[in-house]
Amino acid sequence: MALMRILLIEDDKEASDYLVKAFREQGHVADHAADGLAGYASAREGDYDVLIVDRMLPKMDGLSLISSLREQKVETPVLILSALGQVDDRVKGLRAGGDDYLPKPYAFSELLARVEALVRRRVGPRGEETHYRVGDLELDRLSHKVTVAGQEIVLQPREFRLLEYLMKHAGQVVTRTMLLENVWDYHFDPQTNVIDVHISRLRAKIDKGRDNPLLHTIRGAGYMIRDGMR
Amino acid sequence: MLMGKVGKLFRTTAFKLSLAYLVLFSIGAGLVLTRVGARVKEVLDEQIEQTVEAEIRALSEQYSQGGLRQLTTAVERRVRAPGSSLYLLTTHSGEVIVGNIEPPTAAPIGGSELVETPYQRRGEPGIEHPALLRLFLLPGGFRLLIGHDIEDHQVLRDILRRALGVSLFWLALVGALGGLFVAHRMLERVDVMSASARRIMAGDLHERLAVSGAGDELDRLAENFNAMLERISELMTGLREVSDNIAHDLKTPLTRLRNHAEAALRGSGDKGAHREALNVVIEESDGLIRVFNALLMIARAEAGYCSDNLAAYDADAVVSDIAEMYEPVAEEQGARLDVVTEPGLAVSGSRELLGQAVVNLVDNALKYGASGAEPTIDVSAKRVGERIEITVADRGPGISPADRERVIGRFVRLENSRSRPGSGLGLSMAAAVARLHHGALRIEDNAPGLRVVLSLPAIRAAVSRERA
Repeated sequence: MALMRILLIEDDKEASDYLVKAFREQGHVADHAADGLAGYASAREGDYDVLIVDRMLPKMDGLSLISSLREQKVETPVLILSALGQVDDRVKGLRAGGDDYLPKPYAFSELLARVEALVRRRVGPRGEETHYRVGDLELDRLSHKVTVAGQEIVLQPREFRLLEYLMKHAGQVVTRTMLLENVWDYHFDPQTNVIDVHISRLRAKIDKGRDNPLLHTIRGAGYMIRDGMR
Repeated sequence: MLMGKVGKLFRTTAFKLSLAYLVLFSIGAGLVLTRVGARVKEVLDEQIEQTVEAEIRALSEQYSQGGLRQLTTAVERRVRAPGSSLYLLTTHSGEVIVGNIEPPTAAPIGGSELVETPYQRRGEPGIEHPALLRLFLLPGGFRLLIGHDIEDHQVLRDILRRALGVSLFWLALVGALGGLFVAHRMLERVDVMSASARRIMAGDLHERLAVSGAGDELDRLAENFNAMLERISELMTGLREVSDNIAHDLKTPLTRLRNHAEAALRGSGDKGAHREALNVVIEESDGLIRVFNALLMIARAEAGYCSDNLAAYDADAVVSDIAEMYEPVAEEQGARLDVVTEPGLAVSGSRELLGQAVVNLVDNALKYGASGAEPTIDVSAKRVGERIEITVADRGPGISPADRERVIGRFVRLENSRSRPGSGLGLSMAAAVARLHHGALRIEDNAPGLRVVLSLPAIRAAVSRERA
């Protein structure tokens, strides 16, 4: 993943120190604002790829901050962090102009994967592509055809959507919750190994008999599709 | 103390009611006696009128037959008779010719009316008596005053008036005493109840209000209060169980977490072991977070969801989604999901939460019900009358009837499931989601196996699934 410029607006010092350090370790640029007003000023002036906004902030709460930015035509992608994890809070956050919502507590890998997905969506027009290719695996969104080395393979509709999402984010970590949200459109905790089972089914179809598989499991984080040869 | 007690007695509703009735009865009695008095007077007056009328007719006949002389004789004769009426015959200028009364100071003027006038008997000047008198003018300028003493009437009226007074006095006395008695009895029972209520408030939840057995309104009230207390103490017991369970189910993983961290600190200090320990710590804390989330969600659903987030959606689509999601999981386990849904089963609520509830049911069925000879889970969504019923049924060991009600409770895990992973919150969450949808969760016998039914009220308008 290329370098990202991240603005973290979070009042909890310990949490923000940890996050800034973790993002810098990943090679990104991370700035920090400790309250809503300072965050709003930095977000308007600075050139950031993504904003991470805590929902409850002193001086200006997270949701008002986001709506104000959107009113000012600041379209930087926003990920909302919140201790309120319920469905209705999530809906409120997205309605205010947020692009993604992550309830606390979260794993850093989850946050990183989501932030990367948000930035990628903005950087490239990849979302509008109709044809994805990873190695010899190709997916055509219009004809709903998937081929491996030119050989067509048959996927169930859900498997197709799963592969489509993974390929859209090729080279990026995609977490289990991201898959549940984007492929199944549910936001609860996937308790058991539901997603893993679907992935292994998909893997059986696209990686059968390969020495260098395309679909990788990233331990403690999720999955990634990438051309193993590169 | 005594004054306070008496004051309390006077302030009781029973006493006030008695007092109100007392006033009403007194007014009634007064009215009746007054009416009787008036009627008696009327009858007596009528009698006098008739007598006077007859006298006038007779005397004026005497006059027309035999002139003044005959009239005078007739009057003299009548005056002498015992208990006679009152007569006074005078000339035009007022000279007395014959009669048994003194000329009254305020004599009635002519007319057919009897007028109540005080008079003095002849030979007893100075003593006035009441009378009804009528003036009759004879041809020739003579004036004949005829009337009747009504002293008797006034005596009668006095008697009646006194009777009224006396009866009112007794009425008031008996009424007040009766009211006090009734109030005292009521107050005694209410005081007993209040004392019980105070003891209950002070913490003795086993105390109950006394029921006299009379089946009256106080008994009914007491019975209802007792039923309410029963419910409250049930809830309290439930709450206590839940807090005990929360303590147990959160402390156990917290202890494990702490043990792992401690063991890693005490251990060899090699990096691999530390990483392993940290991974376990993260796993344990994730489990804790899951339990917290589930508890919060149940609390939310039970408190009633934000109404603007309740929307209409198709329950069958949710069931199909979840079944499709779990189908490979079942297959991996060697089980099978049999899914039957009808289209357009619209309900109102939260699609996400229903999804979570169905996940819990399917997850349970796979965990506990898919181990037998027939590892098939039946999942269905269909319309039954006005309701949508979502059923997840397995053919496993089932749950004994005695435990069925209990398993919906928070953190309840039956003995044979204790060893397996799970929080014991799945069914309570499903039940909370059902309540949020104004529905209910039923646990039934699938003979063999367990059948869990989410019964939700259907809404009329079918909605197309909103989905990006």
